[in-house]
Amino acid sequence: MYQYDKYDQKMVDTRVAEFRDQVERRLAGELTEDQFKPLRLMNGLYLQLHAYMLRVAIPYGTLSGKQMRMLGHIARKYDRDYGHFTTRQNIQYNWIKLEDAPDILADLASVEMHAIQTSGNCIRNISSDQYAGAAADEISDPRPWAEILRQWSSFHPEFSYLPRKFKIAVIASDEDRAAMRLHDIGIQLIHKDGELGAKFFVGGGMGRTPMIGPEIRDFVPADELISYAEACLRVYNRYGRRDNKYKARIKILVHELGKEEYTRQVEEEFAHMKTLGLNPPVEELARISEYFADPAFEPDASDDLDLSDPDFKLWVDQNTVEHKQAGYAIAVISLKPQGGIPGDASSAQIDLMADLAEQYSFDELRVTHSQNIVLPHVKKSDLYALWQKLDEAGLAPANLDLITDSIACPGLDYCSLANARSIPLAQKISERFADLGRQRELGELKLKISGCINACGHHHAGHIGILGVDRKGTENYQLLLGGSAAEDTSLAKITGPGFSEDGVIDAIETVTDLYLKERQEDERFIDTYRRVGMAAFKEAIYG
Amino acid sequence: MKILTGNDLKTGDVTWWTGSDWSRHVEDAVDVGESFEAILHEEEAARRVNVPYAIAAEMTDEGPRPAHIKDRVRALGPTVRPDLTLKPADPEAGNWVI
Ligand code: HEM
Ligand code: SF4
Repeated sequence: MYQYDKYDQKMVDTRVAEFRDQVERRLAGELTEDQFKPLRLMNGLYLQLHAYMLRVAIPYGTLSGKQMRMLGHIARKYDRDYGHFTTRQNIQYNWIKLEDAPDILADLASVEMHAIQTSGNCIRNISSDQYAGAAADEISDPRPWAEILRQWSSFHPEFSYLPRKFKIAVIASDEDRAAMRLHDIGIQLIHKDGELGAKFFVGGGMGRTPMIGPEIRDFVPADELISYAEACLRVYNRYGRRDNKYKARIKILVHELGKEEYTRQVEEEFAHMKTLGLNPPVEELARISEYFADPAFEPDASDDLDLSDPDFKLWVDQNTVEHKQAGYAIAVISLKPQGGIPGDASSAQIDLMADLAEQYSFDELRVTHSQNIVLPHVKKSDLYALWQKLDEAGLAPANLDLITDSIACPGLDYCSLANARSIPLAQKISERFADLGRQRELGELKLKISGCINACGHHHAGHIGILGVDRKGTENYQLLLGGSAAEDTSLAKITGPGFSEDGVIDAIETVTDLYLKERQEDERFIDTYRRVGMAAFKEAIYG
Repeated sequence: MKILTGNDLKTGDVTWWTGSDWSRHVEDAVDVGESFEAILHEEEAARRVNVPYAIAAEMTDEGPRPAHIKDRVRALGPTVRPDLTLKPADPEAGNWVI
């Protein structure tokens, strides 16, 4: 894992001291809320429905045991004993007191963490593949690149006041596990004629105007990647719509200019950038990459597994993923227990996951955009012991990528922008489809729920998506079908008129029943939907 | 009726204007009619409340009930965590929100 150097640490410590002073001045009345609000938002502190909410950055979703334990400590000491892991691979605390915020940030800084750039019109936390460094199918580890982008974008003076927020994802395999094309910039590392470089996709996003980012460059050599990203941002910073918040994201600029014209301008800027010598020196790339070297895998670890315990077998089948190293597996801890709140974990569970990472996964954890936790490097011979401990703590639902492994934003239970609650819906669906045999029969099914059009719950990218709307003061839910955040990225379409809470759950059952009836061979839900088309599903739902 | 709400500056807690002070409980809220601008101003300036605003509510047997569901969630707490609401012992409390 990357470790802060003295500059990183100094920047973060200085920011904590600065914020401590700002909070004191706010509490003493020297700053008004209007003056203070932008300052607290720069430190990830929102005012939400019930209290202040703190969003902590987890760079590209990677954590050490010590960092994870600190997240548990914060939940226990300053919050109400739990945290919420989000679709942006971050964690949010819902019950923060302003007077505690500086101490929390100081605690975070002591383990090389912070909440900087988790709000505002700047480059937000860089996201990446949660299996980075472990996946059997990656061509190179994306984390050194995510880290370089993190350093480049941290306090980048030119990009502190962009027209709107800006989200970047980096992946390094053909399978997209990071919703890469739904980011403002999506970067896919590739090899071309033996050389490492990247494809660039610019102008993706969800929110009220969802768009899939078009490819604007099929190969940028690795050592020019930062300059190319900078060129993409410069064109946006200059021409992005600052007059209208709803048209301010880069996706609108790329759409309005057209991909060709936007690309032309980026290339022009890039040609200029190249003359400035802004790319990080090669030694720096090498220095950073060293932090992400493979851990000391046992070279002859066995691939044998005793699967005689049927519950363990189910979990292995569903929640472990092929590792690049023989004898090892990637283990996914589902934070979606039956009837539970997607993404929530108690401080005791957070502590336990930290311990297990230290014990079984070379001290590493990842947060996934589907609100689960990954232990990336588990020896197969340790899986059974690991599973038993997870199971005891309610952390072993064997439902990865199944219908009950849903994404849900905080919705109206916590979020001041919400139109409707999303969590209770996720809970009820999880109860309705509780039978694991039935879930497995339905197979891979990505269910994603947002409480308003901002789409924090990725409803546009759900095989089945749900969007909460306000219908004359009551909660109402629109059903969407056919989205995907994977390499076959697509945007879901609304089926028709909305439903009550129970109505939408019934409609989901209708839709899944139709899938089971229509499915051919080993088609997933999304495949059948694409083949059969919306009309048949509409007919089944609305008659 | 109109009632005033905001958050406590230090703790972020949701609070309601009682006519003389701010309470955690919406039951204590009083009707301020149309003359609330001065209260909002004065109370915010004195830092007894943060970002206060007026909302519509109706009087019921159990006290004022905010007209909008969002303010009812604010008044009670998250419906998905009854233990963290202001009425942890009342399993039916969430129905008041809906
Ligand atoms: C509760 C406080 C939150 C607020 C006020 C908030 C606000 C917003 C807003 C306004 C947008 C739309 C931006 C735009 O279209 O320009 C947005 C998008 C988004 N947010 Fe949130 N959000 C919150 C929580 C979350 C959480 C908990 C997550 C993760 C579970 C999240 C992840 C995202 C994602 C993935 C998007 C869509 C990506 C995109 O904008 O293209 N947000 N959020
Ligand atoms: S989608 Fe809407 S309701 Fe859900 S967290 Fe985002 S802003 Fe809040």
